[in-house]
Amino acid sequence: MTAMTDDTLPAIPRTIRDEMIAFGVMTALLLIVPLTGVYPFFVMQALCFALLACAFNLLIGYGGLLSFGHAMFLGTAGYISAHALKVWGFTPELGILVGTAGAAALGVITGVVAIRRQGIYFAMITLALSQLLYFIYLQTPFTHGEDGIQGIPQGHLFGIFNLANPTVLYYVILAGFLFGFLLIFRAINSPFGEVLKSIRENEQRAISLGYKTDQYKLLAYIISGTLAGFAGSLKVFVAQNASLTDVHWSMSGEIVLMTLVGGLGTVFGPVVGAFVIIAMQQYLAGFGQWVTVIQGAIFVVCVLTFRRGVIGEIAHYFRRSL
Amino acid sequence: MSINLQSLFAQLLVGLINGSFYALLSLGLAVIFGMLNIINFAHGALYMMGAFCAYFLLNVLGIGYWPALIVAPIAVGIFGMIMERTMLQWLAGIDHLYGMLLTFGMALIIQGVFQNYFGSSGLPYSIPNELKGGMNLGFMYLPIYRGWVVIFSLIICIGTWYLIERTRLGAYLRAATENPTLVRAFGINVPRMITLTYGLGVGLAALAGVLSAPINQVRPLMGADLIIVVFAVVVIGGMGSILGSIITGFALGIIEGLTKYFYPEASNTVVFVLMVLVLLVKPSGLTGRAT
Repeated sequence: MTAMTDDTLPAIPRTIRDEMIAFGVMTALLLIVPLTGVYPFFVMQALCFALLACAFNLLIGYGGLLSFGHAMFLGTAGYISAHALKVWGFTPELGILVGTAGAAALGVITGVVAIRRQGIYFAMITLALSQLLYFIYLQTPFTHGEDGIQGIPQGHLFGIFNLANPTVLYYVILAGFLFGFLLIFRAINSPFGEVLKSIRENEQRAISLGYKTDQYKLLAYIISGTLAGFAGSLKVFVAQNASLTDVHWSMSGEIVLMTLVGGLGTVFGPVVGAFVIIAMQQYLAGFGQWVTVIQGAIFVVCVLTFRRGVIGEIAHYFRRSL
Repeated sequence: MSINLQSLFAQLLVGLINGSFYALLSLGLAVIFGMLNIINFAHGALYMMGAFCAYFLLNVLGIGYWPALIVAPIAVGIFGMIMERTMLQWLAGIDHLYGMLLTFGMALIIQGVFQNYFGSSGLPYSIPNELKGGMNLGFMYLPIYRGWVVIFSLIICIGTWYLIERTRLGAYLRAATENPTLVRAFGINVPRMITLTYGLGVGLAALAGVLSAPINQVRPLMGADLIIVVFAVVVIGGMGSILGSIITGFALGIIEGLTKYFYPEASNTVVFVLMVLVLLVKPSGLTGRAT
């Protein structure tokens, strides 16, 4: 099987320095957002999706596995967190914890099934699994079907931070995003990440070197799903609802699109892609179904002419890895 | 537990009809995958286009069901071949996943455009006069149109199998699937064959769309959820064998119909659950080769 990123990844040694500088710039920009008067709700939403796309990118960009069902982690963690906060009266930190744990459990269960095939089969299986969950959530009473779980209390994180205050909420979401981002960054630059990349490039060879590739792929899948779930739990505090849209296949498609636009297999690409797509949705909200058409067109254009994505092209131009 | 035979047979018939659509669609996916190495995510959208094509033919040009059965697959097939010539052919040689992403984008575009003009509600398409009514088989009442769909789909499936496995053209096709470079060296125009194959697969999807138009209403999203079930069917059956995908398609339709009777809550999910079971027991699929 040819590697997904044969022609997209530059053959340049990775330099942590460039990436640290880029990380510093990104963090500084995000820290000053509340001072600039940009609508914070938009940025918070984009940050949740950015983390989601980064988690997705860990799997495709470094493991070569395209998941077309990542919405299942977003939705599952969202539903569990929302239910725990609203019905069981959990505190925010516990709500996030159970939601993320739920996504991790889902990752273990679906991962065992999904990693049995690769390539397009893996994509079809993850899509089918997420559709299975969609129908389950449609029918189980606790999700409230088409209405979703609404009016979720935001509460006080650790009993101190009032999440009903948009500025406080913003910094909490930002902290959550940075935590998840650094975790992924660490995973990519660890021996584990190197093995993952070798599996992407040539799985047979990795097996012959003695690596149990199935275990590495399963672990990558579980980490990716857990962090996607973490993003879903955070999103509950921003949107204050959990609904079926978060588990729908079109959401999984959007996650793929964000990562593709930003650059598959780049560290910062998914973040940029998430901001681009969420901004586009905000500005084009009045155009109804044309948004779907435009998203489809972006897919087509990206695949045909722009496979490196925004960050991938920039990195290629400057011959750096970002 | 008492079994109501009337409704059991009715659900079995619904299952057989869904099975016909699964078979026609997964057959097309398998044929396309064999030649192009692409999983055609736009298959559901093209199925929907087939149904809309029949609807337009009737309501704009006054052309009825029988000509539509031929015209719609050809028209949508030509649309597919244009897609292949202008876009898909450029993906040869890069990862298969890009083909899936490109066709997913195409599906979004097609479905979005139709949704813009026709909303999400269904448009009626009436059963042709010749196939109206039904007959009493003694144990059940069989609406003639439904019986027709099952039998006609079966004929088309077997015809396609014959075309690919038993004719000279099919032999070229199978050879080109195995080794396109060598087949080209024998003077066969492989790129044209690839285009025609895509047209054939797409035409089968459009034909399923025309068949389904009188049963399920004509809706822009009629293929969007269906294609995901068909993916599960393909994972269960594997794409290695033409006959395998036909049998798997019908079998899963029947199982789904039985589930609708015995445990209706699970009728949406049974195919996906079966997919999980098959993956746990035989990861390569029932008839497929391991990939």
